[in-house]
Formats: sequence, structure tokens, C-alpha cells
Amino acid sequence: MLLAIDWTQLAQQTVIGLSAGGLWALLALAIVLIYRSTGVINFAQGEMAMFSTFIAWSLINHGLSYWEAFFLTLAISFAGGIAIERVVIRPVERAPVLTIVIVTLGLFFVVDGAARWIWSSETRTLPNAFSTRPITIAGVAFSIQDLGNIAVSLGVVALLALLFRFTKVGLALRATAGNPEESRLLGIRVSWMLALGWGLAAAMGAVSGMLTAPALASFDQNLMQPVLLYALAGAVLGGLESPFGAVVGSLLLGVFVNLTGTYVDWIGTDLRVPVAFAVILGVLLVKPTGLFGRPSARRV
Amino acid sequence: MPESLLELEGVEARYGPVKALHGVSLTVAEGEIVAVLGANGAGKTTTLRAISGTVGRSGAIRFAGNSIAGRSPESVARLGIAHVPEGRGTLSELSVAENLRLGAYVRRDRVGIREDERRVLGRFPWLDDRRGQRAGTLSGGEQQMLALARALMLRPRLMLLDEPSLGLAPTAVAEIFRIVRDLNEREGLSVLVVEQNAIIALEAASRAYVLEAGRVAVEGGSDELRRNESVRRSYLGY
Repeated sequence: MLLAIDWTQLAQQTVIGLSAGGLWALLALAIVLIYRSTGVINFAQGEMAMFSTFIAWSLINHGLSYWEAFFLTLAISFAGGIAIERVVIRPVERAPVLTIVIVTLGLFFVVDGAARWIWSSETRTLPNAFSTRPITIAGVAFSIQDLGNIAVSLGVVALLALLFRFTKVGLALRATAGNPEESRLLGIRVSWMLALGWGLAAAMGAVSGMLTAPALASFDQNLMQPVLLYALAGAVLGGLESPFGAVVGSLLLGVFVNLTGTYVDWIGTDLRVPVAFAVILGVLLVKPTGLFGRPSARRV
Repeated sequence: MPESLLELEGVEARYGPVKALHGVSLTVAEGEIVAVLGANGAGKTTTLRAISGTVGRSGAIRFAGNSIAGRSPESVARLGIAHVPEGRGTLSELSVAENLRLGAYVRRDRVGIREDERRVLGRFPWLDDRRGQRAGTLSGGEQQMLALARALMLRPRLMLLDEPSLGLAPTAVAEIFRIVRDLNEREGLSVLVVEQNAIIALEAASRAYVLEAGRVAVEGGSDELRRNESVRRSYLGY
């Protein structure tokens, strides 16, 4: 059966999906970054991002513009991520993986509780990062906000890729993630590299949070919990070991969730999340390492 | 006897509750190749790990006259001690070129690093053709050579070589020891090499220590050890 496809709607819905997926991708990337270096999923990543978003809200409330607050929050989050690693994770650095997982769960509640204590549980709003006007490209109207979200997400991903690929510290970060013992023998301060990874992850989460909040009518301390779920799903879909996979997985998931919700009547808005997760489950049954994960190549 | 570059005195080391070294003493002079021999579990690898700080240790360890017994692996490396761990010690996910760059990670002298890279690639020309290849996809012998090349990028004052022959074909083993001897003769590189293959190790080294159960059982010049009845029977097999 041939369907008459409404290309305008398809393009619009795809961009909306990419916009959401891009913000999930940033959090997914943060999760993968820490997973690669410690073998642990940081369950507090979303709450840390939420905390950063509240910091941005406070800064804006004190008279800063959105983008001034954005960059200041990035710096604060980076430093905060490093501090959290030094204070909370360092003592359990050599502990079994399960111990560290429990510590990140504890961190989830501590950060969440701290945010509720500092900012109380009423709802807030964040000003828009971009103009809310639509823009017409090739006869199709898109929201500048969606396009802006996509641009910033991909820009952050590109910056991170450049850092990892072309800088000495990026190379050291990759070496540390692959083989900490040996990296130490080369003189790399592995412990600091882990802290740096937490700083980068926190900063990426902050970007995700600060772009997620303006799109909502209002937000509270639960802001990042759905985002964390989608980010985890995107990361697992792409392969937890692969930063590239996490980004592509999250973008695919964003588009998939949005398109199925739009086009498949019986899915609608209620069922699109369970359907998305069912598809991920299907992918993992066929390819347990995710779409882009690969078992590490080693000749024996 | 020339002044010692490396000096261990009564070094003990333990893995958790298990003591692996019971007071090992040894020296390596500047420009010397010294071998550590012994059976599996005698404490050979642990001796190297005690020097580089990757195992908890006590006792005196001096490098160029300064104590390094309390130093972390990172800072031991920064003193110019290159530890090539056993079992193709390469970073398998990274490319050949990246492995080499990391070898010089602690150095700041860009000119010297580039110079050393040329020298190292002159010695291992095939590495240049494989620059972009992931280290994990090289053969065992190639990875061992890459590990050696990477260690040279530190411009080390002392190289710690752990079982370079492990799992390699005889021709690859001979090639690696040929290179180590050449480095020693031409560039004055000091080497402390741990080996199960005593025959080839004694050929390269001027002196050797035989470890048994975490202690030095026998020590002496290579020729002297080759003539030693029990060493011959236990480790040389004739």
C-alpha cells in the first residue's frame, strides 16, 4: 500500500526528533566517557546536569544573560565534576565495580536532595537560548530552537572529538581509559585523568540540561530523569564502549521515538517510549555490544 | 666497579597478604645489561614492579643516588625509567603512532622528541608504514618491538624489560635481544631484563641474579653463572 507522504511534516518531525536526540546524546556521551574509564555507569549524571541547570537559573536570576550564564555554568560544572571525583569517587577508585555503582546511586540522592534544599521544589523557567521564531528552509518551517539545539549538540560532540583526537591530554585520556596500569608506567597521571573525565562529563551534562529546560513550560528537580533514561537507552543502543555510537544511538532514538509517535496511530504519545525500548531490546538481542560497540580486537 | 645507577637493598614486596619478595638486593651500573633469572613465581616480575612502584614495597631503592622507594609509577617514569611490562605491553586500542607519542608523554623537549622519533623509526622502519594501524592488530613480535620502541621514546636512563621473549618465535626473540644489545653498545642504555630464557639472557647480560622464592639465590658474571653447576642444570638445561 502506498501512502501519500507529507514531506513537510516528515522533515519537521525529523528535526524535532534530532533536537531531542542531540540533548540525550550529550548526556549519553558523558555516561560513556565515565563508563570507558571506570567501567561504571554514573547514575548521578542526570542529577548533576539538573544541578548545573539550577546554577544557570540562579545566575540568570542575578541578571546575567542566558549565554553568559551558560558559559559560566559550564566552567562551574567542569570544576564541580572534578571536585566530585576527587572527593567521592577517588576513595573507592580501586573498589569493586558494584561499590562504585552504589556510590553513584548515593550521589544521585545527595545531588537531588541538595538541589531541593537549595532551590526548594517549586517550578522554574529558563529563558530561551534561541529565538522562538520559526525559520523557513526550502519551504518548510522549522523552529530555530530545534535547529540551535542540534547545532550546539553536534558542536560540543565535534569539540570533544577534536580534543580526544588531536591533543596530548586527549591522547592520555584515551590511553587511560584503555589501560590505566600501563598508562601509569608511561608517566600519565591516571588518577587526574579520571578526574578530568568527570569534569568533562559534568560540563556536557550541563549543556544538555541548559538546553533541555528552556523547551519546557517549566521545570523542577525532576528535569533530567527522563533525559537520563533516554541517554542510557541511546548509549546502550550505540554501544556503551563507543562515544560515536552513543551519539548516533541517541539521535536515532530521538528520531525514532518522535516519528513513531507521529505516524503510528496506535502508538501515539502514550506508547512511544515502551515501543522504543522494545526496539532497543531487539537490537541488543541481535547485537549485544550495541550498534557500534565492538569486542576489543586483540591478537593472541 | 663503576657507581651504581640502580641499587636495591633488602627490598620486600607483597600482594595483599602474600609476600612475594623477601629482601632482594641488586645493582645495575650505568651502561650495563643485568639479567634476573628464575623459575615462574620466583619474584622476577615483582622485582621490576617494585622498582617502578606498581606493587607495594619496602626496603631501599635508589636511582642515580636518590631514593625512589616511596614514589608512584608516574613519577618513577618521569625520572627516566622505562618499564616494558610483560605480554606485549602496548595500548592495543591506540595506533602505532599514538603509542610512540605516548612513550614521550612526560617529555617537554619537542625538538628532542622529533629527533628520537626519527632515530626510533630508523631502527624499526616497518613501524613507519604501520603508523595508523591499531597496535592490538600487530603480531606478538611486532607488539613487543613496538613496546621497546615506545620505551625508547622516553629517552630512558634505565630500561626495565619484563620477559621480552614470552610467547614469541625464536627469530623474534633473537631480533629483540640483538636490538637491546645494540642499544646498549651504541647508546650506552642501561637495562635490567627479566627472563625465563636464561640462555639468551646470559648472552646479552654481563651479570645476572638468580631468584628463588623471592630471594637472590645466586649472583655473578654471566660466564661464571654459565659454569655454575646448579644454574646450568636448573635454568640452562644441559
